[in-house]
Amino acid sequence: MTDQTTSSPVRRALASGGARNGGLVLALLVLCIVGWATAGDRFLSVSNLLVVLGLAAITGVLSIGMTFVITGGGIDLSVGSVLGLASVWASTLETQRIAQESTWLVMVFCALAVGLGAGLVNGLLVAYGKVVPFIATLAMLVAARGLAELIANRRTQLVTATSFKSALQGNLLGVPKIVWIFAAVAVAGWFLLARTTFGRRTVAVGGNAEAARLAGIKVKRHTMSLYALAGLTAGIGGAMMLARTGAGSSTNGTLYELDAIAAVVVGGTLLVGGRGTIVGTVLGVLIFTALTNVFVLNNLNSSVQQVAKGAIIVAAVLLQQRFAAREGRGS
Amino acid sequence: MSARTQRRRLVAGVTTALTAVLLAAACTSNEPEPTDDDTAGAAVAPGSDNDEPGDKIVIGFSAPASDHGWMGAITSAARAEAEKYSDVTLNVAEGTNDVNLQISQIEGFINDGVDAIVLLPFDGAALTDVATRAMNAGIPVVNVDREFSSPFAARATILGDNYGMGVSAGTYICEKVGDDPDAVIGEIAGIDSLPLTQDRSQGFADALADCGQEVDNRVAADFTVQGGEAAATNLLQAAPKLTAVWNHDDDQGVGVLQAIENAGRDEFFMVGGAGSANVMRHIQDGDSVLEATVIYPSTQAADGIKLARLIAQNKTLGDLASLGVPRQIQLYAPVVTADNVDDYLSIGFES
Repeated sequence: MTDQTTSSPVRRALASGGARNGGLVLALLVLCIVGWATAGDRFLSVSNLLVVLGLAAITGVLSIGMTFVITGGGIDLSVGSVLGLASVWASTLETQRIAQESTWLVMVFCALAVGLGAGLVNGLLVAYGKVVPFIATLAMLVAARGLAELIANRRTQLVTATSFKSALQGNLLGVPKIVWIFAAVAVAGWFLLARTTFGRRTVAVGGNAEAARLAGIKVKRHTMSLYALAGLTAGIGGAMMLARTGAGSSTNGTLYELDAIAAVVVGGTLLVGGRGTIVGTVLGVLIFTALTNVFVLNNLNSSVQQVAKGAIIVAAVLLQQRFAAREGRGS
Repeated sequence: MSARTQRRRLVAGVTTALTAVLLAAACTSNEPEPTDDDTAGAAVAPGSDNDEPGDKIVIGFSAPASDHGWMGAITSAARAEAEKYSDVTLNVAEGTNDVNLQISQIEGFINDGVDAIVLLPFDGAALTDVATRAMNAGIPVVNVDREFSSPFAARATILGDNYGMGVSAGTYICEKVGDDPDAVIGEIAGIDSLPLTQDRSQGFADALADCGQEVDNRVAADFTVQGGEAAATNLLQAAPKLTAVWNHDDDQGVGVLQAIENAGRDEFFMVGGAGSANVMRHIQDGDSVLEATVIYPSTQAADGIKLARLIAQNKTLGDLASLGVPRQIQLYAPVVTADNVDDYLSIGFES
């Protein structure tokens, strides 16, 4: 993108998101065909679809926040640890027995607040402290995990609050509640990125921070809000993890940041910033999850899986570069 | 795919472990004396025809990632056990340390309608809900090694004795050190966030208290060679003179020994944990500070497969007066020293 005008690359970046998703949909379809061919009805059943979605939900929510950060030209390595911290903090609260009836609200609010707080710290360090995002969030990755261990006293804390379980566990209209949460976060994220000033500013800041500053965008404040948003999604993920596992553990969310980054990049968001797509990210998450599911149904050994995953990430990025080069020639 | 379980009976070249370990099985609370399972291999124990082929069954198996020797041995022993039976098809899910993924694997087994599930959860509490769902769907779950937080989540549970490991190690050190007030005792723990690590440390501390000793220097590693090396280096740095060290895990012990060698220290003796073949060879040769190790059977999941098969086929565990399969079996944690290492070498696993 070596365009000199300020508005057109932004507009085109937003518009091109839709066009590039064709390849992802195709990849997902191919995966489904492979799954159906190798595992038949075990793969193409409603119950298996729900297993896939349930597995995708938590990584998916993290990936939505990650999309914003990466689009804005940054990276957040701390979301997995912050998820663990949020889940542990919330499950610790439960042991305090705050207002038995509304415990679940308190717990969810706590998880969100912890995530948001950690995100704000990341944002402050990056935007105002001028620490490189990679380093600032790496520090948070380590620190949040340590704090989670301190709070949990390195024990797994059971969630026994029936109010929390009935609110967040189980199904709604036959679909797990955490999948609904993922859907809601995805829709909200899509709206925010593709349909609001905030989204356009994110693309502008990621594409060229200096130009964005000259165009009157408060770049520092905006950057901070992106990390806060990623932290918030990590907090949501923490609450979802509590719902899914019924336990707060300081090991929750280990290495999830890498899954999220992989999904975002495979989805077509540029790692250097300046272009992002929530639809692509959701497809990326689904591709990885479906892939895992096909592997599991076929009893493929885990080492082979890891090699395959690595190959897929590289292939996706190579394809993206081909696309980008073609677009560059076209402009 | 080598991962597919073959339905032929293979010549059992793998573990004769079960005999040795199960012969020494420990009592658990209000449990009758378990359990002298039928002998390993294809031989049929006298008075039991359990190993005769029965109904064809599918068992789903899920365990954490084979990221250290003990955990790798868990899965390979389980596979080998399943292959001895022509009536068992084993579905092995990808080993994972992500509870989220492990939950979805069990959901997959429920969808497949397997006849039994053998589950070594990465975190017992986190897998309790989904295991309970499997039980409610009529699939018996055999819980291995790391316990669920609800009695409704498993039909049978087979455990090592983490607390007992600590007790065995502490008792051995007490015998050697006595109540010497100047003794400096070090402890190199595994992953501190796992309850099993705390149980081991608690047992160790309780046993040491019996002879008036306590842990003077404690570090935690992560069951890996590199983690063991780093933790041991720190410990040796912190304690210029040691009398005895207990290292929870023989896989990380490879790194621990390396660190001891690098530091050129040999004024103390060390007790290992888990029982790797490598450590047993060191004990045999007497060429290092390693004097003993405490067994934590890597054949638990293989026992889990056996129990799941008996449950799914409505059979009775041999050598008990009662019918059926016990709710809980806890294996014993004996100390292996130069005197008895030859008996245990057969169940040592390769790091």
